[in-house]
Amino acid sequence: MEMEADMNTSHHNKGRQQPAFYALLVVLVLMSVGPIVLMLANSLKLDVDIISGTSGLLFLPTIQNYETALCDILPYEIDHLDYCALKFGGAFINSLIIALVSTVLTLIIGCMAAYALVRFRFMGRDTVSGTTLMVRMVPPAVLLVPVFGLWNNEFCIDKATWFGEMIRDTFGGRGDVCLAGTHSGIILIYIAMNLPFVIWILQSFIVQVPRQLEEAARMDGAGSFQVFFKIVLPLIKPGLAAAAIFTFRIAWNEYLLASALSDRDTKTVPILIVNNMSEFNIEWGVIMATGMLLAIPPIIFTLFASRQIITGMTAGAVKG
Amino acid sequence: MSYSTINRLTPYVFLAPAVVVMAIALLYPLMYMVFGSFRAWDPSQAIGEAEFAGFTNYITLWHDPNFHESLIVTLKFAFSVVALEMLIGVGLALLLDRSLRGMSVLRTLFILPMMIAPVVVGLIWRYMYHPSIGIFNQTLESIGLGSVDWLGKHALMSVIIADIWQWTPFIFILALAALQSLPRSALEAARIDGASGWQQIIYIKLPLMMPVLIVTCLLRLIDAFKVLEVILVMTEGGPGLSTEILALRISRTATEFRELGVAAAMSNYLLMLLLILTIAMLAYNKIQELKKARVKVLIDGDGS
Repeated sequence: MEMEADMNTSHHNKGRQQPAFYALLVVLVLMSVGPIVLMLANSLKLDVDIISGTSGLLFLPTIQNYETALCDILPYEIDHLDYCALKFGGAFINSLIIALVSTVLTLIIGCMAAYALVRFRFMGRDTVSGTTLMVRMVPPAVLLVPVFGLWNNEFCIDKATWFGEMIRDTFGGRGDVCLAGTHSGIILIYIAMNLPFVIWILQSFIVQVPRQLEEAARMDGAGSFQVFFKIVLPLIKPGLAAAAIFTFRIAWNEYLLASALSDRDTKTVPILIVNNMSEFNIEWGVIMATGMLLAIPPIIFTLFASRQIITGMTAGAVKG
Repeated sequence: MSYSTINRLTPYVFLAPAVVVMAIALLYPLMYMVFGSFRAWDPSQAIGEAEFAGFTNYITLWHDPNFHESLIVTLKFAFSVVALEMLIGVGLALLLDRSLRGMSVLRTLFILPMMIAPVVVGLIWRYMYHPSIGIFNQTLESIGLGSVDWLGKHALMSVIIADIWQWTPFIFILALAALQSLPRSALEAARIDGASGWQQIIYIKLPLMMPVLIVTCLLRLIDAFKVLEVILVMTEGGPGLSTEILALRISRTATEFRELGVAAAMSNYLLMLLLILTIAMLAYNKIQELKKARVKVLIDGDGS
């Protein structure tokens, strides 16, 4: 009897609140996903249809915009295009190289540093961890001026030395060999920018690894590096996944520093999008297709690893 | 080398790569910037050739009305987005705090906007705000309300709305996590004592969430000062200077006006602003830790 009554009241309660509650949820989902769906829809439309703007979601989808965007790396001829003016394909390859390499290196360097900060007591530990916390707040815009100056003028190999001469003979060019304009130049600044965050987030995962496990392995004669690679790393996989996604996201999406440091051959996708947006006649269809291509990797990560992302985000604020 | 020496060196070996990279690509550039801010420096020069200018760059900026305008726009932008996002995000978390089967799917959909590139966010919103083909004006016109000059007269409001779209989910998710980790006993006690929904929120939930909320708020504020690409793509800082936030002005001073020294000085001003916020956050965390430690000592003392 009592249980029945209980069930009744709870059912009654739900019945009263449910419709409004679900309506709110639907509105919120529409609001957050709607603009992205709109971009997807427009990327599949011809410019005439976008500008006439009447068709809404009823239209014949076409992949012409995607073909135009990627014309420089597609293996086949494109009928609707006489000349391949946009070089988004090459930019995608640049973006991929830069984002993947910097993510892998940031993770390796970052988890080693996080481990040292959590598990060892040594001189200078507080200085390092304090500095790491502080540099997290430095915005890319603040790094723009010094990084531009250093990468162009100071981080160079003199063309007169044998090494500089060798590089110049192999790759061409006239002046000194500088970091600016190379993939490595952009990768270096992305690693540095992401390290503080990665170290910080991994610390909160390493703390949770039971010390006994490490000590047992050490008893069995494993050295520090073996303990780290064989015991600790496998146990913090969720943390590594979260850190990898956040690092990749920043390296893949970043515009400002890449635009200051890249030359004609090392431009990334965000740079080309910004350049095309500042033109007088915006080709909406093509630019939306490119935007969609740029958005797809982060969207895939989000759909498959949202739990890791949310763990990473909460670890960031709660344990701050 | 003895075993203990190797042991003592281990942490330094683990730490060395990170320290080297951060020293070369973060700390050295920052020092280089401070150094450059005292020089009349243009992009064609190495910094050594640039003439020493003392505090000229800082003083010029101090009296520059455009810099003031930009500073005001930045503060307006940062404080309004954070205030509105906190309000909406925490409100939604309180509303939606119940066990729901599809909640994880919903959270996944909510975080999509903040995962995609800022450049793309700017692109989407610039399209939606478009005076003739944008969805907002088309809707407004079709119901006979006339069109709004989104990226013209109301540009600052429009970029604020775009930022709210992108970042409110961040606050929502952190607030929800904080809510769901509240001690059940406190909430039970309040319910048994007959506290209404509102009373529970105001007297129990919000005070208990406060530490997390304050840290979230400061984190978001620091991030709001970093925003650049979304605004660059949507308005390029215009019309006039109405959306030219500091980060944008720094990059324009460096690339368009080619005044690296002035841009460096401006970066330093921005850095000082962020330093204050960061120190506030760290100090707040320290205080919370000390409080917790004291409570723990009190409880332990009672027990023995």
